[in-house]
Amino acid sequence: MATIVPFGPQHPVLPEPLHLKLVLEDEIVKQALPTLGYVHRGLETLASIKDINQMVQVVERVCGICSCIHAHNYCMCIEGLMGIEVPQRADFLRVIWSEMHRMHSHLLWFGLLADAFGMESLFMHAWRIREKIMDVMEATAGNRVIISINKVGGVRRDLSQDQLKWILKVLGEVEEELDKIKPVLTNDYTVKKRTVGKGVLTYQQAYELGAAGPQLRGSGVVQDVRMTGYGAYKYIDFAPVTEPDGDSWARTMVRFRELYQSIDIVRQLIGKLPEGEIAVKVKGKPSGEIVCRSEQPRGELLYYVKATGENFLDRVRIRTPTFANVPPLLAMLPGCEMADVPVIALSIDPCISCTER
Amino acid sequence: MAFEAKNITKNQLVSEVQSLKNNGFRFVTMSCVDLGDSLDLLYHFELNMQLTHLRLTVPKGDTAPSISGVYFAALLIENETKDHFGVNFDGLVLDFGGHLYLEEEVQKFPFCKVSVSDTKSEGGAL
Amino acid sequence: MLDMTATIIRNFLTKPHTRLYPITVREPFENVRGNLDIEIEECILCGICSKKCPSQCITVSKEEKVWTVDPFACVYCAICVENCPTHCLSMDKHHRKPVKVKEMNRQVQVKGPEKKK
Repeated sequence: MATIVPFGPQHPVLPEPLHLKLVLEDEIVKQALPTLGYVHRGLETLASIKDINQMVQVVERVCGICSCIHAHNYCMCIEGLMGIEVPQRADFLRVIWSEMHRMHSHLLWFGLLADAFGMESLFMHAWRIREKIMDVMEATAGNRVIISINKVGGVRRDLSQDQLKWILKVLGEVEEELDKIKPVLTNDYTVKKRTVGKGVLTYQQAYELGAAGPQLRGSGVVQDVRMTGYGAYKYIDFAPVTEPDGDSWARTMVRFRELYQSIDIVRQLIGKLPEGEIAVKVKGKPSGEIVCRSEQPRGELLYYVKATGENFLDRVRIRTPTFANVPPLLAMLPGCEMADVPVIALSIDPCISCTER
Repeated sequence: MAFEAKNITKNQLVSEVQSLKNNGFRFVTMSCVDLGDSLDLLYHFELNMQLTHLRLTVPKGDTAPSISGVYFAALLIENETKDHFGVNFDGLVLDFGGHLYLEEEVQKFPFCKVSVSDTKSEGGAL
Repeated sequence: MLDMTATIIRNFLTKPHTRLYPITVREPFENVRGNLDIEIEECILCGICSKKCPSQCITVSKEEKVWTVDPFACVYCAICVENCPTHCLSMDKHHRKPVKVKEMNRQVQVKGPEKKK
């Protein structure tokens, strides 16, 4: 006989208000149905009362964890519509901060996953490492999470030579700490028992269900919006991280390897950082339609902006990565045990405030 | 990054999307834009890091064919569009009935622009 | 199995990484965006800050010569500080303390800036 078990929105392992109706037969999940709407704010409509510069601060609040990349993408849209060429240094600085954001997001998620499978010491280690990056962000950008350094036409703060040196030093420390938790993650019996072979998403499924980011790459699909070379990514060596297995373990490893990749990207960028202006003056109003994409910690972010040359934008459409990752989650859950649902749900790195905006 | 969308009609939509799928395109998302008395539905697809867009214009209050039968991933965005703009999709695989985000008692479509219809009463009755 | 051992032993032998917050407080970094304040006598009451503010937390009244900020609506973006024509706005590096009653930061101008000839 089938039982329906509500999962979330308040659940000990879930940091996000995701609600799933799980249809169970004994301990096995037969079907999962999502319910959204707990944190729906309708941010997209704010475009009709906030002007183009104020919208930067609005889109930063779509998702706290990846605020910098939201603002970066939004600014790219407006700059694309107005034909503004951003100074090269600004492009580099944006990407440096974006990659720092990716690192702190992955470490945060990593801690939450460890907490979900009951390894609290690993959770605390991950967050302790993350704190180093948060300190860098607070000292260089002025805030811990919503760093608000992007503006239309460039960036609002510059990095001094001392700060760059300090960032490199912190990155060294972070890498050292990551090396210490790497064997725990790759060899530990507990970690493997809870993740290997759980929530399998095949290459075909991931592609057809439109998964994004580490979830797509964890299934072996080579797709990373950073490959398109937006911002300063065109100046650096970069190859997307992929894992073939498609289970929770593969997604974990993709994110863990991306941490090293981000460290490498920031090092390359700091090595090549050009001198010059950090912002250009912006005049006029945008008009036209544009679609811009960027890579968030959780995957591909897409903005569609329509402007008609007035003070306010006609339409801002934000497609966040978790929105794309919910249908694959529904495909992953059937067949798994009830006790594995929290870890599988967390392995997509859900961000519901992103999803509902 | 220029934006070019191929205009299609309601009847062509599903077959067009099916042929994109057969050619290996990945469904990215759909956007809905309020044009006043009609709505633009923009479908975004990706192949080899390149985006392709389709544009379908439907009058407000009209139905549009659902592509969730072709791409299952489209069900969430179609339900969202139904919540926000009141577009009814024919053949949605999982229909939340306009209450994916919104509560049952919400009767309006919050993302539609407020428009006042021009009903001039002759003779100055008002 | 024993991958964490070295780290665990190290953790036992070193100081905690956290602070006992109200007793020990970390000095904030330089250039952190904290409390918003105004040199009210320098202000020309132009109202640019209130127009540029993304969260509409600043109100400026030219008649009453009053500048008000709601620190609980402020999002600490420092857009107002950057756009102030007289540079009378500033953000110090300390964050707002928790309070029991929400209070507006209301500043009344007495004399006003000296007029340039």
